[in-house]
Amino acid sequence: MTTTSDRAPVVRMSGISVEFPGVKALEDVDLTLHPGEVHALMGENGAGKSTLIKALTGVNRLSAGTILVGGQEQTFASPAQAQAAGISTVYQEVNLCENLSVAENIMLGHEDRRGPFVDWRATRARSREHLAALNLDIDPASSLSGHSLAVQQLVAIARAMVVDARLLILDEPTSSLDTDEVQQLFAVMRTLRERGVAILFVSHFLEQVYAISDRMTILRNGRRVGEYRTAELPRLELVSKMIGTSLEDLEQLQAAPKRAETVERGAPYLRATGLGRKGSVEPFDLDVHPGEIVGLAGLLGSGRTELARLLTGADRPDTGTVEVEGRPVRLRNPRVALGEDIAFSSESRKTEGIVGDLTVRENIVLAMQAERGWARRIPRKVADEVVARYIEALGIRPANPEAQVKNLSGGNQQKVLLARWLATEPRLLVLDEPTRGIDVGAKAEIQRLVANLATEGMSVVFISAELDEVVRLSHRIAVMRDRRKVAEVANDDVTADDVVQLIAGTEVPA
Amino acid sequence: MSNVVGLTRHRLFWPLVALVGLLLANTLRAPSFLAVTVRDGQLYGAGIDILRNGAPLLLVALGMTLVIATRGIDLSVGAVVAISGAVATSFIASSPDPSSPVTVLVGVSIAVALSFVLGTWNGFLVSVVGIQPIIATLVLMTAGRGVAMLITGGQITTLNSEPYRYIGAGYLLGLPVSVVFAILVFAVVAVLTRRTALGMLIEAVGINPAASRLAGLRSRGIIWLVYALAGTFAGLAGLMISANTMAADANNAGLFIELDAILAVVIGGTSLAGGKFSLSGTLVGVLVIQTLTITVTVLGVPPSVTPLFKAVVVIAVVLMQAPLVQSRLCSRRRSTATPTAPAASEVKV
Amino acid sequence: MVTEHTTATPPGQMSGPPGPGGAQRRGPGLPALLQSGPPRLDRRYIPLAGTLVVFGAMLLLGGLRYDNFLSGAVMSNLFINNAFLIVIAVGMTFVILTGGIDLSVGAVAALSGILSAYLFQAGWPALVVIPLSILVGSLIGLVVGVMIHYFEVQPFIATLAAMFLARGLCYVISLSAIPITNETIVSISGNRFALGGGWSVTPSVIIALAVVAVAVVVLHLTRFGRTVYAIGGGESSALLMGLAVARTKVAVYVISGTCSGIGGFLFAVSSRSGYSLMGVGLELDAIAAVVIGGTLLVGGSGYVLGSVLGVLELGLIQTIITFEGTLSSWWTRIVIGALLLAFVVLQRALSLGRR
Repeated sequence: MTTTSDRAPVVRMSGISVEFPGVKALEDVDLTLHPGEVHALMGENGAGKSTLIKALTGVNRLSAGTILVGGQEQTFASPAQAQAAGISTVYQEVNLCENLSVAENIMLGHEDRRGPFVDWRATRARSREHLAALNLDIDPASSLSGHSLAVQQLVAIARAMVVDARLLILDEPTSSLDTDEVQQLFAVMRTLRERGVAILFVSHFLEQVYAISDRMTILRNGRRVGEYRTAELPRLELVSKMIGTSLEDLEQLQAAPKRAETVERGAPYLRATGLGRKGSVEPFDLDVHPGEIVGLAGLLGSGRTELARLLTGADRPDTGTVEVEGRPVRLRNPRVALGEDIAFSSESRKTEGIVGDLTVRENIVLAMQAERGWARRIPRKVADEVVARYIEALGIRPANPEAQVKNLSGGNQQKVLLARWLATEPRLLVLDEPTRGIDVGAKAEIQRLVANLATEGMSVVFISAELDEVVRLSHRIAVMRDRRKVAEVANDDVTADDVVQLIAGTEVPA
Repeated sequence: MSNVVGLTRHRLFWPLVALVGLLLANTLRAPSFLAVTVRDGQLYGAGIDILRNGAPLLLVALGMTLVIATRGIDLSVGAVVAISGAVATSFIASSPDPSSPVTVLVGVSIAVALSFVLGTWNGFLVSVVGIQPIIATLVLMTAGRGVAMLITGGQITTLNSEPYRYIGAGYLLGLPVSVVFAILVFAVVAVLTRRTALGMLIEAVGINPAASRLAGLRSRGIIWLVYALAGTFAGLAGLMISANTMAADANNAGLFIELDAILAVVIGGTSLAGGKFSLSGTLVGVLVIQTLTITVTVLGVPPSVTPLFKAVVVIAVVLMQAPLVQSRLCSRRRSTATPTAPAASEVKV
Repeated sequence: MVTEHTTATPPGQMSGPPGPGGAQRRGPGLPALLQSGPPRLDRRYIPLAGTLVVFGAMLLLGGLRYDNFLSGAVMSNLFINNAFLIVIAVGMTFVILTGGIDLSVGAVAALSGILSAYLFQAGWPALVVIPLSILVGSLIGLVVGVMIHYFEVQPFIATLAAMFLARGLCYVISLSAIPITNETIVSISGNRFALGGGWSVTPSVIIALAVVAVAVVVLHLTRFGRTVYAIGGGESSALLMGLAVARTKVAVYVISGTCSGIGGFLFAVSSRSGYSLMGVGLELDAIAAVVIGGTLLVGGSGYVLGSVLGVLELGLIQTIITFEGTLSSWWTRIVIGALLLAFVVLQRALSLGRR
């Protein structure tokens, strides 16, 4: 039994469901992790990756399903219990203390002690051993803050291994590392794999997943799509499974009448030339014409959000120029952008969108009011008219201008935000994931609204994780990969298949 | 039934209950407590005293309310009170004609202008340099009384100036001038925040700074403004306090007034986490604190026990606001309703 | 004479970052610091270096301008007069290292002082009075810690309430000052041990230095101490690292309360009386000392010895102003405020540089 070639799985999760109030975050998901294997967990935003990890590490409570660890059924009430059972997690944001030394970050809580006192000599020696096991040659006494993020990440792994982890969960560990650093991380992962540790690896970089993983499980909309051997799953298929549109469906969509009727291309409303920001998105060119919907396609982390933020003054670019109707402008901040009639709806509805304690009315008029300045309050009558109009037009429920926004559903909050931006009468509307996490009906309404706005002459930049949405709405599609804009295609001379290939980076059409 | 529930849910319900309770206790103890007598067309009585003593606190608390609404805090108001009083009295006392209304007007104007500058300084540290409010205003809190003493030369400057005395002890329309003035400032702030869009923008900045930025708000300017207002109002309060005693005591003028003001704001239902603010709540909070102070004397308890009372009130109020207690209360109130999703955001101030 | 004393008060030793034994154990330590030279000064030590520079400059200024400034007697008095504040600043350092703040220290010190005076007056023996008056501080600290951690009350507000509470209890005990006449205590505290060269120490100085030593050992050589730093570095990280965050957070307020208790007792004994208005504004001095001593207000970085230097700097300001003669005492507060501003801006600049 113990000596079989196919060793018993370290962790077997089966039939896992997790529910939050009103939402089924995970439904009947299986995940099996074998020792000495790197297992990639794949899926777009909201697919349920982090929920699954949290269910495994005792952060989220299961509403159904079982977790077997080493063949024993376990229920973890806290990450500490999971850790005690040999399941360690390293998160995307390094959860260490930068103000402490490397040795302390590895050993804190497990130091060698003589009586009540920490034996620093022994502790440092032991931390050096743990570093050496990962082929890391750094001074344990040095301050963690003096090291690069990559090394900090590796230190976090060293800490995870102090408790003899059988399963190491790496949750997007590479998102802020450069190529060399990623290689360093992979070397450590291979070392651990050889030692028989099971590794659950989450990354949105396909190259990396193919470089390191042995097996992968794909999630979509809280359900398991399937488990595959990495070597046997072509990249193209992986992408279409993640995006949720089978290739046939995409072809069908292609055949369906879509809004490819060419826009009269006069001068662009906005022209970005060589716009870029170090560490966030490589310099790119982009034109957006009046009445045109430009879709941004790309996986999570491809730079699609970062591009949108540069277009709207939310982040400041390092390089490049922006012209609005031929005039060079410097979009120093969102207020300047709004002054140029450019509105930006962020993907983070809660943290960068709604002002929860304020009412629907106040949220809708907020940007409008900001543009007028505080002294000239929008007369109540005008505000009521505007608000009533948008509540009616967008179908905001409850249709009560005095309801607090934080009590609305996600879809209605999104509509309130759309109303806020539309109320400023923008000429370019940049929408980052406006349909994420909202129900199907609201989704369709928002899509219809966007299409109508463009027909009326508004320029729109539309970002969505769902390719079919982008394909259905856009006149042109800019494809992002690895923080670069890799292609720009008109939606009438390209097949959805091409877009998937561009996203996956398997083939570049002429 | 639902109306009653709605009433108890109103955020001013409990503070008002406290106020009425305190007044009731006083009246039971001293039946003439609420009696107001009219002498020479001027009102007198314990109630009037509460208002008179509460006037400077109300001014300071109004500024504090706006600052707290932006997620800030201003610890320096007590020091500004001292500086303002010191400047005005020193200027008037050293002028050739302390009793001339012009002199008093100039002195008062200088004091208010300086308070505005001090508030602007705090606002600069917070909004431009980006220092945490508690620390930024700690600087002026520490240095401020030194500056006040520098101005008065370390003496308790006393003054003989009828026009100046009028500010503290005079009567207008039958009410103490300071009360009339405080009501006036309250009205101005109410109009300023609720008749313009300032109040909403302050709340937006306090609730969600990131969203406010994307919506194009000039957060920096708004934050700067509220500190400048807080400084100015503290300066006005300083004038009232020094005019009341006709002296500038750099050490003790406005001592702990920042704490009373914060307390009044909290009692009035404005959360220290920023966001929605209630000026009328602050007014009630000020009245509760002043009544509490008087109650202690009326009940025959030594006045020295007031801090103990305040401590009990603060602890009770903040514990009622604590998430742990709130969630317990909520789950009891509507045990069938879906629990709210745990807030993932962790605010480290 | 002058140079002799500049070396006699060895700022170099004071700076040995993590204290006795710590220099070799953590970080690049002082030796490495000196080898690598100023351009590669570890960011962590910049505020502390600032403290040292200011301290050195003050000694230099005083030494050059006034005779006898750097004499053993003046320097000893610096310690003797500020022994109680050193103890209180040590407690405040623990709290600020976790990213909190304690506004109650002045009132708690007063409570401890007046309680001890009251009990002495009632004829209680010193062996009971001393622990009792210190424990009252610990108890208030415990209440504060529980409010902050379990009820998620902001430290600022919780300690503010504790301040009112302690001050109120003071007033309940007595409004007027109570003299301390207990003979043993008076005679013990009156001792002054000469060390030669004009230097001398009192029992309060010895107690203060003992508290400092214990604090250094606890902060640098125990798991608890490292957890204090870890919480300041990032509370959620510390939690995910499985450290005892709750216990530690409550404990730092208990420590601060205890230190305030000791400090208040020392002050009462040295002034031979307990007074309910003692230490009004003392919290400002303690916070200022800790910040000027190079501890970051956001937590996670700083040293107890820095806070000691901070207290001594406050004392030096006062001493210089006294020596100057023509300057009035209120300049003390203004200079402290200016110094505080300088350090706060320095901290801000450092945190911006990091991002």
